Amino acid sequence: MTHSYDLIVVGAGIIGAACADVASAEGLKVAIVESGAIGAGVTAAGMGHLVAVDGLPAELALARYSLGLWEDLRDLPGGEFSRCGTLWFARDEHELARIPDKLARLRAAGAVAEAVDAAQLRELEPALSPGLAGGVLVPDEAVVYPPVMARRLVERACRRRATLIHARAIALGEHAVTLDDGQRLLGNVLIATGGALQALLPELLIHLRKGHLLITERYPNMLHHQLVHMGYTDSAHGQSDSVACNVQPRPTGQLLVGSSREYGVSDSEISLPMLRRMLRCAFQFLPSLRQLKALRAWAGLRPASIDGLPYIGRVAQRRGIWVAAGHEGLGVTTAPGTARLLVDQLLARTPAIDARPYDPMRAAA
Amino acid sequence: MAERYDVLVIGSGPAGLTAAHAAARHGARVGLVDAQALPGGQVWRHDVRFSAPAFARRCMQATLEHIKIDWLPQTRVVGAEPGRLLVEDPRSARWLKYGALVLATGAREVLLPFPGWTLPGVTGAGGLQALAKQGWPLAGKRVVVAGSGPLLLAAAATARRHGARVLAVFEQADRAAMLRFTRGLWRWPARVMQAAVLRAQLAGVPYHFGSVVTAAQGEDALREIEVSGPRGQRRIACDQLAVGFGLAPNVELACMLGCQLEAEGAQQRVRVDARQHTSVPGVYAAGEVCGIGGRDSALIEGAIAGLAATGARTGIASLQRRRAQARAFARQLRETFAIDQRVRALAQPDTLVCRCEDVTLGALDAHVDARGAKLATRCGMGPCQGRICATALAELGRAAGIAARPPLFPARLETLALAPADGIAASLAT
Repeated sequence: MTHSYDLIVVGAGIIGAACADVASAEGLKVAIVESGAIGAGVTAAGMGHLVAVDGLPAELALARYSLGLWEDLRDLPGGEFSRCGTLWFARDEHELARIPDKLARLRAAGAVAEAVDAAQLRELEPALSPGLAGGVLVPDEAVVYPPVMARRLVERACRRRATLIHARAIALGEHAVTLDDGQRLLGNVLIATGGALQALLPELLIHLRKGHLLITERYPNMLHHQLVHMGYTDSAHGQSDSVACNVQPRPTGQLLVGSSREYGVSDSEISLPMLRRMLRCAFQFLPSLRQLKALRAWAGLRPASIDGLPYIGRVAQRRGIWVAAGHEGLGVTTAPGTARLLVDQLLARTPAIDARPYDPMRAAA
Repeated sequence: MAERYDVLVIGSGPAGLTAAHAAARHGARVGLVDAQALPGGQVWRHDVRFSAPAFARRCMQATLEHIKIDWLPQTRVVGAEPGRLLVEDPRSARWLKYGALVLATGAREVLLPFPGWTLPGVTGAGGLQALAKQGWPLAGKRVVVAGSGPLLLAAAATARRHGARVLAVFEQADRAAMLRFTRGLWRWPARVMQAAVLRAQLAGVPYHFGSVVTAAQGEDALREIEVSGPRGQRRIACDQLAVGFGLAPNVELACMLGCQLEAEGAQQRVRVDARQHTSVPGVYAAGEVCGIGGRDSALIEGAIAGLAATGARTGIASLQRRRAQARAFARQLRETFAIDQRVRALAQPDTLVCRCEDVTLGALDAHVDARGAKLATRCGMGPCQGRICATALAELGRAAGIAARPPLFPARLETLALAPADGIAASLAT
């Protein structure tokens, strides 16, 4: 059996869900192909921190663009949008010295950001260990519960007559995709399958970067902001296994404790040695975490591109095949911007931000 | 305390006790771990007012006083690496190394949701027994016991011994099934005795077959229940309701260690060979975790596992024959007390399924797959880690996975940060 669509979105993680939402809002006839549960892959494994990371200019631009678009999504029921802000903290003078540049980059990208000194840091978060040097507060940033956000976006698309198909895409053609249930769908095909991208698009390299997270029992008001060590960006952009202190207060009062990065690992089993490293790193800055009770821990696989920027756009050498994948740890943050960029290109409009840095052409080997 | 045990036994119910004792008698250095402060497991749980049966006392004493056995109470297994377990007690954490491991983690009660089951005053059948033994005041209280299986009689007898007025016992199995069962009982004379003793202790308490508690009602606490039986519906005023639908094996640790599981009805049990060996080298399992078999199978299997774990060649064959007999009885029980379809249909859309996260059955119904339902509702993500709701959902025919990642139980973060080379870490908590 054959059906035609304007856009067939393969993968209902946060990226595919956001693309289906935007495309259906444009009046396009959309199909969503997902063999598992919605938002159940790396979307469910992440922290759900909406954050502008200022390591790469194009990464920052996409995040800032997306954070603006998130304001329209914050009331989606069950998505638990909570504007706790991000508090980056500096351990010592060396890290403190990087603050003016960080502030300048964030402000140039339109963010509200302010420097805080050691005393202010303690006042904002009394649980932080004494002796930290200072930090940067980005008050408008927020956290969400990603799997429910993805579900709401898919539901919204389906109310605009998008079709959700429970099947696996097994082969691509020209403006076509074949599913494992025998269906062949015709139309522009968007591949948003994250870490599984290469099963359909072997020419686009994806590296999996394993990360661990742990969630505690409920300790309301122990922390107020998403706390991130200034060294996090080094860990995120490094090339070897690393950990960084990244702790989030959930609206439930639970704390989400991260983070770790491992290379060349493709299972999502808990590694106790890595969990230990991650926790010890967090204890350095938040000693009172030691006594809290952990409810659960898990691991997920961030899908990373070759250069730290996602692949968004038309796939070279193929007709009618598009991609939105490889967002590594920022897929939730940048999903709305990714969706807007992709759909604008599909409709041959000029995107609001320069789309060239994300052009998948750069990776086609 | 030793750095390394030849045999480490997890759980000190009947299976764990005999496993530890058999291994120690065979010359092994043994560690016996239990989450509770006192040994005995669920069946021989310490009673603040009445002493345990003489046999149980002897069994516990012989094991705890054995020179080659270290008793490690209030200790929970949190994580595992090959050849060692990460454990936590209220004051410290440590890694325990072992040569062989015996899993005697027992079983938990199956609590099936029905309207009102979360009201104060409603517990499981085993739950009521545990409360009574811990000194919860029951004197003069009007108690109804319901559900299925022999645990109901035991719970009612315990409640009565502690001064409760047991109004009735409602068994969901019908009279015909019970008759078939009792006609075959002659093969297990000890069980006939046991049943007769329980019945004598419950003299005057009406025992109804084919009856199900369909709802519990009350404002802040239980006031009244609705019962549906062969003679229709009726309402009974009571202070305490205990409802149990049998037991489910505690397989989480086995699962985390990679032991192969197999289905036992809607639940899972650990697969073992004739020497109680699991699919993982050096890991044995005994008792309820290998399938609900009751105290007698647990005692025998514990002894087999304890001997096998030390590499013993003799003394096992005769135990294996006794085990077959005890396990056959368990099969009879399972068939007789198989849960009726109408029990599975008691929960309404607004009935809570997950008490930790306040998730109703209706909220789960909005989802086609278990994983999506869990992510959207957080069903099973609370402190019990799904031990209650996932067990119930499995019984209701809804797929639910087994949580088998560290931490296996809620544990202090510092425990999870402990490396094997760190030795024992005392907690800063007091």
